[in-house]
Amino acid sequence: MTNMQQSEGNGMGHGGKGSGSAPGLISIEGLRVEFETDAGTVVGVEDLSFSIAPGETVCVVGESGSGKSVTSLSLMRLIEFSGGRITGGAIWFSQLDGTRIDLTKAGDETMRSIRGNEIGMIFQEPMTSLNPVFTIERQLIDGLQLHKGLTRTQAGKAALELLRSVRIPEPERRMRQYPHELSGGMRQRVVIAMAMACEPRLLIADEPTTALDVTIQAEILALIDQLKRENGMAVLFITHDMSVVAQMADRVVVMYRGNLVEEGPVRQIFTAPQQDYTKALLAAVPLLGEMAGKPAPEPMRLPGSPAIAAVPAGSREKTAPEVLLDVRNLTTRFPVRGGLLQRTVANVHAVEDVSFTINRGETLSLVGESGCGKSTCGRSILRLVEPRSGQIIIDGVEIREMPPAALRNARRNMQMIFQDPFASLNPYRRLREQVAEPLVNFRVASGSELDDRVADLFDRVELPRSFLRRFPHELSGGQRQRVAIARALALNPQLVIADEAVSALDVSVQAQVLNLMMQLQTEFGLSFLFISHDMAVVERVSHHVGVMYLGRIVEIGPRRAVFEDPRHPYTRSLMAAVPIADPDRKTLRGDMSFKPVPSPIFPVGHETPTSHYDEVSPGHFILRA
Amino acid sequence: MRGFLSGKTVMAVLVISVILATAILAPMFIPEQASTQMNMRARLLPPSSDYLLGTDHLGRDLFYRVILGARLSMMIAVTAVLMSILIGLPIGVISGYFGGHVDNVLMRLVDTFLSFPVLLLALTISAVLGPSLQNTIIAIGIAFTPFLARIIRGEVLRVAEMPYVEAARASGTTDLFMILRHVLPNILPPVIVQSTISLAFAILAEAGLSFLGLGTQPPQASWGLMIQTSRDYLDVAPWTALVPGAAIGITVLALNILGDALRDALDPRARR
Repeated sequence: MTNMQQSEGNGMGHGGKGSGSAPGLISIEGLRVEFETDAGTVVGVEDLSFSIAPGETVCVVGESGSGKSVTSLSLMRLIEFSGGRITGGAIWFSQLDGTRIDLTKAGDETMRSIRGNEIGMIFQEPMTSLNPVFTIERQLIDGLQLHKGLTRTQAGKAALELLRSVRIPEPERRMRQYPHELSGGMRQRVVIAMAMACEPRLLIADEPTTALDVTIQAEILALIDQLKRENGMAVLFITHDMSVVAQMADRVVVMYRGNLVEEGPVRQIFTAPQQDYTKALLAAVPLLGEMAGKPAPEPMRLPGSPAIAAVPAGSREKTAPEVLLDVRNLTTRFPVRGGLLQRTVANVHAVEDVSFTINRGETLSLVGESGCGKSTCGRSILRLVEPRSGQIIIDGVEIREMPPAALRNARRNMQMIFQDPFASLNPYRRLREQVAEPLVNFRVASGSELDDRVADLFDRVELPRSFLRRFPHELSGGQRQRVAIARALALNPQLVIADEAVSALDVSVQAQVLNLMMQLQTEFGLSFLFISHDMAVVERVSHHVGVMYLGRIVEIGPRRAVFEDPRHPYTRSLMAAVPIADPDRKTLRGDMSFKPVPSPIFPVGHETPTSHYDEVSPGHFILRA
Repeated sequence: MRGFLSGKTVMAVLVISVILATAILAPMFIPEQASTQMNMRARLLPPSSDYLLGTDHLGRDLFYRVILGARLSMMIAVTAVLMSILIGLPIGVISGYFGGHVDNVLMRLVDTFLSFPVLLLALTISAVLGPSLQNTIIAIGIAFTPFLARIIRGEVLRVAEMPYVEAARASGTTDLFMILRHVLPNILPPVIVQSTISLAFAILAEAGLSFLGLGTQPPQASWGLMIQTSRDYLDVAPWTALVPGAAIGITVLALNILGDALRDALDPRARR
């Protein structure tokens, strides 16, 4: 450790704007991380320098492959366990006793005393970062005993105190529970409690809310912010979500392909971004509320791509809108089987008495949190799951009771795009074959005509024809989603059900895919049933919006009515929970607590009330409580 | 194709080729009696220039026996495993894909078979059918089928849940097309791996049957039978077990490597 003293000088070297003034709690200097793969050396982080001052929140933001998670793992020296190697640079960390050490050269023993003790970490998926076979108490006291040398009873008391500090209700009872007995938000609170156990001076949070619902995200973000204030802890917050950045950050580091693109105070990044990449990233984020006052969906303006004409609002409104899909009293339940004979002991009421219509050339969005039944609703309409009752009328034809052969034919009219672009394409087939499949199925085309049709579809979704012969794994997520859209469009359907179709994509790619969908809508008069959890995206693309909660639509109406005048308390709490991509409107402060969603499982024979709605304004309906 | 042509794989292909060539061609060059020729004055001799791999308890040359044994062992194992795939694949696919009552009936049948130890099942079948080469193959093939059917069903269930299957169904793909184009290619990797492992077990199962007098009939040689008969002489003549054991070991290892390479070669993700 002879090079302990020289650290201060180096920090200035790398054009660092923010790292100069205060001696950082941790400063990264010229970090380079490589991965050895079969295909040779891959650089995860090329040359990265920034520092974090005590008590400061630095957000590292970037899209997939930017190296942001590699950075966080490198700080903990956990990158070695993921097959990476730090091949250059230094990470200077000020220890509690004032000495600065280079973490890249620290031994295993030193790292163990730092990890979880001086630096705490929260991971993305709360279920996998808790050990399912131990109680919450056990998971908490292990770390306390190890790092603080507490006795069992002392540790138990400290653990209880920790659960209180992360605002878990009924902490005594939670202590004795196992991870699976807690909800997702509760689990993430426990993970935070574990990370906080030894009062770390730096908390690394790697996408801590990405797997959570928006209301729970709001609670967790508020909690992290509060803990940071109470304990004067520094936070390194890794995220892909610019709205979260705006809410959380003091300073922002924007990363792209393993390099730092831009660094600065949060306001500067949002109001006066210097680099094109940062500008593009910001432009791609749909802002909740920015569609206020606009009558029709509008494509997003992306720098560097030609402006797409706004959806001609008038063209369809002159004539009375024509109903394409009419869903009446749709109910779908999944049996819960149990006992020796696998009898149905209860039912999951996934979709409960849902009715709505979609007009030709328009988009209806179903929005809600996980488990609200929005996906099941979409799949029920295609009868990919069989609804229990109700009517599904598309283009004047009732399909719920159609025999299989007729149904197969009716499905030509409606197609689906799925969430995960990696799983929705068969890895063993060429893209050409996959897009051609619907055409082959219905013998629409063959031979060279088929080739032309498929090539046409590729043009429509703006994919190069050279991709025709490729396999899915050779494409990026956004490109795959385009293939999925091309496949959905092959049979010229009138209705496309897009189930979280852009949720797994990076924001810039998401913006492109959304624009593509809106463009296709204007060109071909497509109707979309757009299923999403993202309020801002929904506001962008919809003509009408339905908010789902516990299998029912609680509020439905024209987009402007729902977004500008939300009436149902659940819609309001959803809107309040959405982080806003504006550092001057920090909404996620203080204690936030939303009502947990009750279970949708009811015993067999449970009588459910039918849905009654009040019309508050033309076309705007609220579920009667 | 990089993985397919790695040094390890080339070795495995070479080894398998040599074994297969030996199994097929050996009888043309080595008289049948070479492996059954007893010599009571040369019993349990260690490997030497006269007897390359030593002799067994009846003074038979292990070198000839192991070469001629390859023929029987490989033929039985390969045909039996092919047979189990031929029966198990349709059962597993139909059961997993269509589900419901079909699945229930088929799987209860499979479970019934699974509840007997493989060897006992094979023993019963070949006892009923009578001891012959053909019946040994049938017995082993049937005994291995339930395992394969179970594994395939599980894989089919996994694949049938994938969004690409759902997308295909939504776009009107028929069941047959779905199974051929979407399900089969995606369940192939585990089936190939399981098959290569089954080959090894089939060689051993044949040994077990032979030992009980139902498989290969002495004085004919098969690797399994050789190991079984060496049992009593392990302390004085360990090579009698080592020679056929090494033959089985090398074959199985080569088959496994080949299976892995085959799986990689079939996977478009591994292609460059």
